[in-house]
Amino acid sequence: MTYAQPKSLNEAMELLGKGSWAVLAGGTDFYPAALERPMPESILDIYALEELRQIHCDEQAIRIGANVTWSDIIAADLPPAFEALTLAAREVGSVQIQNRATLVGNLCNASPAADGVPGLLILNAEIELSSLRGKRCVPLQEFILGNRKTALEPGELVTSIIVPTSAASGKSTFLKLGARKYLIISIAMVAARLAYDTDDRVTEAAISVGSCSLVAQRLPTLEQALIGQTKGVDLADWVMHKHLAQLAPIGDVRSSAVYRRNCSLELIKRSLMALAGKGHSGGIDEPSLVSANR
Amino acid sequence: MARLSDVLRKQLGLTGTKVGCNTGDCGACTVLVNDKPVCACLTPIAQIEGGRVQTVEGLHSDGVLNALQQSFLHYGAAQCGVCTPGMLMAATALLAGEPHPTTSQIEDALGGVLCRCTGYRKIVQAVMHATNFVPVTEDGIAGSNVGVAMRQLDGEPKLTGELEFGDDAVPTGALALRVVRSPFNRASFQIGDIQAFIDSHSGIEHVFTEKDIPGNNCFGVIPPFADQPVFAVESVRHLGEAVAAIVGEPDAIASLDITAFPIQWRELIAVTTPVDALATGADCVHPSRQRNTLTQGLVERGDVATAMSASEHKVSVCSSTPFIEHAYIEPEAGYAIRVGERIELRGCTQATQMDRESLADIMALGLDQVRVIPSACGGGFGSKIDVSYQPYIALAAWASHKPVSICYTRPESMRSTTKRHPSEIAVTVGCDGDGIITAFDFEGTFNTGAYASWGPTVANRVPVHASGPYFIPHYRARSLAVHTNTPPAGAFRGFGVPQSAIAQEAAFDELADRLGIDRLEFRLRNALRNHQATVTGQVFDSGVGIVECLEALQERWRQALNDASHHNAKNDSSYLRKGVGLGTCWYGCGNTSLPNPSTIRFGISADGKVVLHQGAMDIGQGANTVITQIAADALGVRATDIVRIDGDTDLTPDCGKTSASRQTFITGAAAKQAGEVLRQAVLKHANAGPDAELILGEGFIELRGEIGPPVTIDTTSMPSNAYGYVFMAEETFDPITKPLDDKGQGMPYALYGYGAQIMELTVDTRLGTVKLDYITTAHDVGRAINPMLVEGQIEGGVAQGIGMALMEDYQPGRTDNLHDYLIPTIGDMPKFENIIVEVEDPVGPYGAKGLGEHVLIPTAPAIINAIRHATGAIVRELPATPDKVLAAINAAKAHP
Repeated sequence: MTYAQPKSLNEAMELLGKGSWAVLAGGTDFYPAALERPMPESILDIYALEELRQIHCDEQAIRIGANVTWSDIIAADLPPAFEALTLAAREVGSVQIQNRATLVGNLCNASPAADGVPGLLILNAEIELSSLRGKRCVPLQEFILGNRKTALEPGELVTSIIVPTSAASGKSTFLKLGARKYLIISIAMVAARLAYDTDDRVTEAAISVGSCSLVAQRLPTLEQALIGQTKGVDLADWVMHKHLAQLAPIGDVRSSAVYRRNCSLELIKRSLMALAGKGHSGGIDEPSLVSANR
Repeated sequence: MARLSDVLRKQLGLTGTKVGCNTGDCGACTVLVNDKPVCACLTPIAQIEGGRVQTVEGLHSDGVLNALQQSFLHYGAAQCGVCTPGMLMAATALLAGEPHPTTSQIEDALGGVLCRCTGYRKIVQAVMHATNFVPVTEDGIAGSNVGVAMRQLDGEPKLTGELEFGDDAVPTGALALRVVRSPFNRASFQIGDIQAFIDSHSGIEHVFTEKDIPGNNCFGVIPPFADQPVFAVESVRHLGEAVAAIVGEPDAIASLDITAFPIQWRELIAVTTPVDALATGADCVHPSRQRNTLTQGLVERGDVATAMSASEHKVSVCSSTPFIEHAYIEPEAGYAIRVGERIELRGCTQATQMDRESLADIMALGLDQVRVIPSACGGGFGSKIDVSYQPYIALAAWASHKPVSICYTRPESMRSTTKRHPSEIAVTVGCDGDGIITAFDFEGTFNTGAYASWGPTVANRVPVHASGPYFIPHYRARSLAVHTNTPPAGAFRGFGVPQSAIAQEAAFDELADRLGIDRLEFRLRNALRNHQATVTGQVFDSGVGIVECLEALQERWRQALNDASHHNAKNDSSYLRKGVGLGTCWYGCGNTSLPNPSTIRFGISADGKVVLHQGAMDIGQGANTVITQIAADALGVRATDIVRIDGDTDLTPDCGKTSASRQTFITGAAAKQAGEVLRQAVLKHANAGPDAELILGEGFIELRGEIGPPVTIDTTSMPSNAYGYVFMAEETFDPITKPLDDKGQGMPYALYGYGAQIMELTVDTRLGTVKLDYITTAHDVGRAINPMLVEGQIEGGVAQGIGMALMEDYQPGRTDNLHDYLIPTIGDMPKFENIIVEVEDPVGPYGAKGLGEHVLIPTAPAIINAIRHATGAIVRELPATPDKVLAAINAAKAHP
């Protein structure tokens, strides 16, 4: 077995250029995969690379390094548009997982139920891939190609998630639905971001749904329908089943397919109500299984 | 790259950090790295360089527990103790930043650690009160131990991490063992060149198959039904069935690519449901068992057909439940070692003596050649009664003359060990215009899996219990246990009764509603009372406690109904609807119409030590404490004065298996008898009066009577018997039962325990999600020997009932891990109010009845009934996951 802990990104790139490596960071997906199979022969452990553990903001973009953990996100001072991502961070597995697992690892693992994808999709996130050949950026939608499939090419390492400042406007929220409170893989997830102009009209709408297709998706027809609507009008009323037509939920041990479609619609409506500052009408504790704005 | 957990445990010998899943799903291995909680099983050791790791071993100093540990002990927050180190470390991280946390802060911080025993409530209490916790010294009062909520006598090592579970005391130099298992539900197979496999894998020393078994390649918990091979011969009957065992150096076994094992599989068509297995022409899982029928059960009384057709009101209900996994946090583990011509096995179990008998039979050894020394048992709930890992390591240790250890992986544990029986139940209940039940007709089909295990017991227990604790003049209950190509279904807390109660309680609710009778009142009208015959014709003159349980709940019931209707009326348009549900139980303690004695040895040594040989396996429920409390009162000493020797089969007489809610009752009764006999012997020796007080000293016993001077017995001058005692008693208790006749009439149990629970909940009618708000339990335990442990059983049982109702669904090959198979987390529990009801039983020790299984029976019915009350939704196929609840809500709207 070969185990390498490069001291710099360049060294990591060089190693990656030479052979086939399994990349290890927080280990929260790596070790479960090795439970009933032997460990990979060659492991490239990048977790010590501090240069990848930065959240860097400038005028153009907010960059989240490959070693940034969910706990780092929770602790970070990020714009309100990142609220969906922060809420997702709090619902990833458990505190123990959040302390070690990275956002980038979550994307590279490419599960249909990856908690990080919906919140990043609504931020128009791009993925920075580095190799000896140089760097390239691909939109998140084009990075995750399917269940456990990414656009990562041999020799490449994801080094950052880049959120353009232009997409970091407005406010966002996130809802995750599962059959228990903690340590849960979602049945469905929704992230939503809205920005308004000075006349309280929706100028930007970004809605994404996870766990309801091989890869989480944005819902452009719904977003179009919301643009120009006035704040105060019940935006939730605009959400229709036809806006979800592109989803392709499956039935599995967690839920039926038809339920996934129906609950996604409801979660979208609730997200929009939450963004409009409207709480639940019940007047009592909200059900624990949907923990918005906890 | 080694996991931090493995380095801690195997290289540094710090086995306080437990491993439950190796995938981050259970949190048992939580340690602090640079003050932050992480799962040690997901942390590569290379990343720790220069860092600071804190484990449970670092919490206490010089053997003195810290405040958090003391608080855990005080509140009874550790039952089996296997999740405790993880809970403690997660709590330590929380308390460092927030010394006085709220409930929700505690839940967020501990949400990543699963506990299967406690129901989490006592853990929350312990953490909430941990800061500055001042321990109370509890020496107790001689002769007054029963009824005291004393902390667990064996509790401290659970909190320091010193308690050794199955994988915690592996001898150095031990070989490791890995079992080769079937990837198919049914297949034939051919094993290739084993020698070539061994030769080409360095560090691999042996491979064992069915050819290497010296004795019987067959085991089973009920000898006449024994049918399970240690290693399959030519074909396998379920996914996960063992075909071979590979033994070698631990590193070689750990890094072994199991796919390199030379075996050729041919998948065969499997039957996986009773419907398929009963279909004409279906292949028989066991050729000797026609139509895949393992066994049938029947209890019949009166004339059901006539009474049913004459009933003014009738309701029929069907329900179904899936396989349910025990999901104890400790996977099966242990080691075996050959000592001359004896084999010694140390590992987790619920039944040391049955393990011993099975091993002797498999190994062709005499009983006296097998010694079973139980390790601590990190939860069992029924599955660790059956033999699982034991034969493999015993065979290997015997043949290799080296110690051999095993620890199941989580998927291996889930695929290969027993499960709760899936059920398909149909019940019709008839009553008259006053809501008095006239007839009850029940039919239950249970998927018993590939092997018998406890299938016959389920088939027998269900018809006896399907009535619930009610008087029913005309009754028929039939049960059928059907083989399929699925994991063996066996014992799981309640032996089929939790499944059958769902349909029965639902039918009662529907009848009550139809008649416009309050649902609790309906149950009170029909509740079994003293002097009334049970459905098996047994009549108790005292001790029937269901009425008392229901009456204890009445006030809360009215309040809850008011609260719910007030809320629902006030928020008419809200999608959140509140509902209240009720469930009840009765459960016979001990084996059904079979002998099941317990024997307790109790002695005083020459140096004045009082020693209790207590063979009732404590799997977290507290037998070590409860049995000692009983023995102490019978002898007239403090429980803390007693030295305990646990279930080593060389040292301790047979106390039977820990199952059937029998230990407090049966072993407790034996302990009481033994204590009384021992006391008599001491008093007689000193010619002291019956009320004399025993004062224990080093090398003497002082007896103080009400009159006259104290008498001192110099124990050092007395002769010791063969066991080393100057005074000794050995007493056996076996409850009186009578066989059931061909109509199931007779005396199956010497006593029953009773209970009832109310669940208040909120349903989100747009998402189908259910939030549990408040549960009120009332359980008749006869006499609460230790009220804290009683509460612990109730809360833990309720948690398992919640899992059964809302989330648990084991599907072979699909949910064999702890992220696809869901059990409740700390955030899924309602608030609790426990009412302990004590209707003394004349047979039980100090009036005590069993409790362990009773507690989970009412929970799922209460939840399902509350969902219906809240929304009209009728969920009959468990678990009531959000998709099923929403579908049922929509169906109820369409056909109100």
